Amino acid sequence: MRLNSLEAFAELRADLFNGMEDAVRTLVIPAGTCGRASGAEEVIQAARKALLQDGIADSVRVRVTGCHGFCEMEPSILVLPDGVFYPRVKPEDVERIALAASRSEIVEELVWADADTSAPIPLQEDIPFFKKQRRAILSRSERVNPEDIESYIASGGYAALFKVLERDDPEWVIGEVKASGLRGRGGAGFPTGMKWEMLAKQPAGDGKYLVCNADEGDPGAYMDRSVLEGNPHIILEGMLIAACATGATEGIIYVRNEYPLAIKHLHLALEQARELGLLGHNILGTDYSFDIRVVRGAGAFVCGEETALIRSIEGSMGEPRQRPPFPIQRGIHGKPTSINNVETWANIPIILEQGAELFASVGAERNSGTKIFSLVGKIKNTGLVEVPMGMTIQEIVYDIGGGPSGDSNIKAVQTGGPSGGCIPASRFDLPIDYDSLARAGSIMGSGGMIVMDGRTCVVDVARYFMGFLKDESCGKCFTCRKGTQRMYELLDDISSGKGTVEHLDLLEKLALVVKDTTMCGLGQTSANPVLSTLRYFREEYLDHIENKRCPAGVCKPLIRYTINENCTGCRACAKNCPADAISGERKQRHVIDAEKCIKCGNCLAACKFNAVEVV
Amino acid sequence: MNGMINMTLNGLAVSVEKGMTILEAAKFYGFPIPTLCHMEGLSPYGACRLCVVEIGEAPRSKLVTSCTYPVEEGIIVRTASTRVLRARRMILELLLASCPQSKIIQDLAAAHDIRQQRFRQEHEDCILCGLCVRMCEEQMMAKAIGFRYRGEKRSIGTPFDLHSEECRLCGACMYVCPACQLRCTYTEPDKAICGGCANLSPPCVEKEPFDDMMCYMAPCVACEIKKD
Repeated sequence: MRLNSLEAFAELRADLFNGMEDAVRTLVIPAGTCGRASGAEEVIQAARKALLQDGIADSVRVRVTGCHGFCEMEPSILVLPDGVFYPRVKPEDVERIALAASRSEIVEELVWADADTSAPIPLQEDIPFFKKQRRAILSRSERVNPEDIESYIASGGYAALFKVLERDDPEWVIGEVKASGLRGRGGAGFPTGMKWEMLAKQPAGDGKYLVCNADEGDPGAYMDRSVLEGNPHIILEGMLIAACATGATEGIIYVRNEYPLAIKHLHLALEQARELGLLGHNILGTDYSFDIRVVRGAGAFVCGEETALIRSIEGSMGEPRQRPPFPIQRGIHGKPTSINNVETWANIPIILEQGAELFASVGAERNSGTKIFSLVGKIKNTGLVEVPMGMTIQEIVYDIGGGPSGDSNIKAVQTGGPSGGCIPASRFDLPIDYDSLARAGSIMGSGGMIVMDGRTCVVDVARYFMGFLKDESCGKCFTCRKGTQRMYELLDDISSGKGTVEHLDLLEKLALVVKDTTMCGLGQTSANPVLSTLRYFREEYLDHIENKRCPAGVCKPLIRYTINENCTGCRACAKNCPADAISGERKQRHVIDAEKCIKCGNCLAACKFNAVEVV
Repeated sequence: MNGMINMTLNGLAVSVEKGMTILEAAKFYGFPIPTLCHMEGLSPYGACRLCVVEIGEAPRSKLVTSCTYPVEEGIIVRTASTRVLRARRMILELLLASCPQSKIIQDLAAAHDIRQQRFRQEHEDCILCGLCVRMCEEQMMAKAIGFRYRGEKRSIGTPFDLHSEECRLCGACMYVCPACQLRCTYTEPDKAICGGCANLSPPCVEKEPFDDMMCYMAPCVACEIKKD
């Protein structure tokens, strides 16, 4: 059914609104890639079965959605409209939850328990992980079935587009986006409204492009995948609004091939939007025409850089080129192109729905709105967190993340992916926004946040990221290709005890030159892992070099396992040693043969008496 | 003047033609900038980074490659500032560490007073400047060779390393190569192109058909050495 006028769309929307019965309880089950991996599909099956068997299908419904963010606790069930949250649901418990929901009751022993008092916290909004968040984008994924456009419209979707089409005033749209202060969520933080204004001013010629950059390649970051999987229409709506504002004629969503579920949902969304007349010629009977297609990336990290991305879309090898000319002047096939990140696009409908002023009131100065971070590493609550800009790292790590997962203190967080930097615990009062992070020697990047504790070695972290970068550098610029390789070599020497003070000096000088002399953003930031760890953790480097010791006990060539007097002779370590390096009589203190030991750490994990030590 | 751009070049107010690169402008006014991957007649690529210059004013100044950066109205360029020289010296040290046998690189390093090389010594055949790829595509209209892989695995060669139907054995790729001139200790001299100077692993040709190959290297450094 193609809608040929704005009135027809308004009618459809009214119908869908009327069809929603508020009294009906909905079991919302997140089943993004992360949810499915932890068993959401069994939970969905159990829920559907329970509804039929117990005859409560009239009063309770199941909604399968994308990820809501609390990945650690999946598979989970959220009961709407009450907002009761059940973490780590087992299929056998689903029936009880469904029955309780049908009677508006709560299964107390299955809801979230407070970490200190063990008191049940039934409501999602009261759980510490959610309490401090401001989930403008992620909370929408709770209300939408990503495979059904009607579900999106019923939840208020395409209302912003409707408003834009009705008003038919491109300058007003750009003005709103500019007034909102939205900055590109891809990492560099360029003001989105300004970018659009530049695109609108480009001569129409033979077309302009809009691109959604969904080539999310940072290790540990997955917020874009989550939004694409959970709410693909919000991206389409954002792009459609931009098309009306800038006169763009074609849209491309560049998504990495490693995201099959996101690609499936995007294709479904595009098909359904086209069927309804929201895409294609004369959108909803207006004069606007715009269509979107999906281009799949083949797995190169560098294709997230905009000029490399353009080349990749054109069918060439993904490698950056000199800017100027900027993509906004000469982009895909030489036509003006505006490239925005997934999260930026997701913010657009929100801005036009609630108005620029309200949007700008959230967040910090010059950094308005919310930002999604993927909080991972040595932390209790891992998952996606959406917070207003300007929140301190302290709040994110301790209040939302719940503090360290192990018994060691948190030492630093690494923000911005491989090309970001480490921020030490002493600076956790730093507000998270584009400018503060840059001043601290890191970057916002796409929003990865990796928490490190005392058992994480910064030299090893820098070495890991440099290993990633030397493989993923496109190799065009000599200084990036060889520079990352050489920095990796130096770091490898240091972590294996072969480092000297001259190594450190050379490493630092090289890092500064690499930062200075490469062409694209990825190359320029590739020295950050080295520079920021050197800035805050120089002692740890010096420990590796001068004392040949790794304080975190990570760098294998520098550590040794020993057994102390706590040993009870239980033989647990010896049984678990793959190298037969542990000897000793039962009930006698055991000894590790350093010659045979391969430093796998199995003995440490197997010992219940804290008798195995790393020195 | 129409089509002219005013800029500051090492403190001099000059005007140059619109559409020029900084490198062209600097050469025109006689400021030398070392290059490896640049060649007149081939499209600028910006791979070797040796031609970096500083643009803008501190503290917001930055380094860009002069071979790819177009001149802009009012742009302030310094071709030999401390920052530029520091970067250039590090690049040369890196080049020397990877490709010490190239005469061109040795000469450049000497000219920049580089006395030591602190990295692990490598002996690579190629600095991936891409001159041969561009030569083959843009001047010889062959497109027989191209870049493959990325990062540290990046290399130049024919598709699947098979003998290319497109290759006419013109030798232009070897002629433009800045790295291969002294790499001429081919282990089987009778199979080498001109007795002494074989490009050890010419990307697009198998070793056998060297007999048909023309050698553009005159005078060939290796041949000269061999004569002695």
